[in-house]
Amino acid sequence: MSDIWEGLVQAFLLVVRLDAELIEITLRSLQVTLTALVVATAIALPLGALLAVRRFRYRRLTIAVLNALMGLPPVVVGLIVYILLSRSGPFGVFGLLFTPTAMIIAQVIIIVPLIASIAHQALRELWAEYHDLLISLNTTKTQRMRAILWDSRRALLTAALAGFGRAIGEVGAIMIVGGNIDHSTRVLTTAIALETGKGDFALALGLGFVLITMAILVNLSIHALGRTETEGRW
Amino acid sequence: MSGLLPLTVHDAVVRRRGKTLVGPVNLTIDGTGTTIVIGPNGAGKTTLLKMMHGLERLRSGTVRWAAPDAEARKQQAFVSQTPVVLRRTVRENLTYPLKLSRVPAAEARRIAGDWAARVGLSDMLDRRAEVLSGGERQKLALARAMVRDPKVLFLDEPCASLDGRSTREIEEILSAVAAAGTRIIMSTHDMGQARRLASEVAFILHGRVHEFAEAPGFFEQPATAQARAFLNGDIVE
Ligand SMILES: Nc1ncnc2c1ncn2[C@@H]1O[C@H](COP(=O)(O)OP(=O)(O)OP(=O)(O)O)[C@@H](O)[C@H]1O
Ligand SMILES: [Mg+2]
Repeated sequence: MSDIWEGLVQAFLLVVRLDAELIEITLRSLQVTLTALVVATAIALPLGALLAVRRFRYRRLTIAVLNALMGLPPVVVGLIVYILLSRSGPFGVFGLLFTPTAMIIAQVIIIVPLIASIAHQALRELWAEYHDLLISLNTTKTQRMRAILWDSRRALLTAALAGFGRAIGEVGAIMIVGGNIDHSTRVLTTAIALETGKGDFALALGLGFVLITMAILVNLSIHALGRTETEGRW
Repeated sequence: MSGLLPLTVHDAVVRRRGKTLVGPVNLTIDGTGTTIVIGPNGAGKTTLLKMMHGLERLRSGTVRWAAPDAEARKQQAFVSQTPVVLRRTVRENLTYPLKLSRVPAAEARRIAGDWAARVGLSDMLDRRAEVLSGGERQKLALARAMVRDPKVLFLDEPCASLDGRSTREIEEILSAVAAAGTRIIMSTHDMGQARRLASEVAFILHGRVHEFAEAPGFFEQPATAQARAFLNGDIVE
């Protein structure tokens, strides 16, 4: 019990003193996850809009695949990315394994289905509402997609936040493809796993504080967004 | 002047899940004035209007404008029975069609302001359209349909949720719009309104045009027993 108490105090001190290692790991976590988020939303939002607005041949199949991918265990995603990026794999020549880029790739694969599904859901509803009007106004397909993307921007931001929350807390996949290398690919989650294993609860708990704070902030933002949605602001 | 009319509907049929909703319909819309579409609930008025405007897929037959399709589409507007508002402000709802046609922003703002004033929504320009009442939404939808100055205007029960005074105001606007050369095709359940606005009447029954006639004549002497019963408020078989 006193061990844990000791750890908590130490962790608190690490956070308030802005411990260099803690800061470094936190910033790397943010860098990897925010990059993954930008890439993932750039793929997922147009994909969600396309699935909502266009009737193309493999639409149902694409939706089914997305839903299946959403349930894919991240560890398996890590394994697959590992195989693809390893020296003998098809993309081995790029030497990406055990780099932040590899972690970004894994996170993108994990959160694209999540963001695309949430976005698709919101966009489909809005499209059902707008359909006749937008057709009647003689809009082009691009204009239609733009209209529904813009008018469901709050729901889309919620989708992106959900993706961020999932990515920042992910450990299995990025441990495998990143390797948890100090000063290179160590992020919050993998560092917590390592420090816990070593028995250094202070640093592990300090990192945990940061991670929990971020998760809470994301959830509060989603909640606040939901409120502006019902009140119809911006 | 538009070269859009006549609109010729030839043997047009709309089917959904094996059920014929409308058709086969044959009619020609030409000249000026207002065609009023009447008929009992579920007769197919909405489907007919949507079909003419190009919102329904035809099972067979044709709907043809005198102008090429792309041209014809640009010069029509449609106000649906349950008005759709964009989840934006009232002003943005009104400027959206103009933005699509690349009207400069300042001019779009001016036109939006003018139309908001005509339908009595001037005070609400900066309010979000989602919070408007049913009647206000209908006025907004009508104004939004008018901003691009359509040559043909389809209206599906545009006064359904309006009070007496608003209805009168909208009727005045519609008369002015028709006098200015816009061809109006409109459904209504209000027979008083039908009499006031119609230059011709299409009486729809069971998805077909049961009677199509000049307005004063139709109301004084409907040709069919069903139309007579409908005008009297009796049950129509
Ligand atoms: N999507 C649909 N699927 C199946 N049936 C439909 C569909 N839309 C409309 N119908 C049916 O088609 C018929 C005509 O509908 P429509 O909306 O055109 O009637 P209406 O004359 O406009 O009625 P109202 O006066 O109530 O507005 C109705 O029987 C309706 O139930
Ligand atoms: Mg109707």
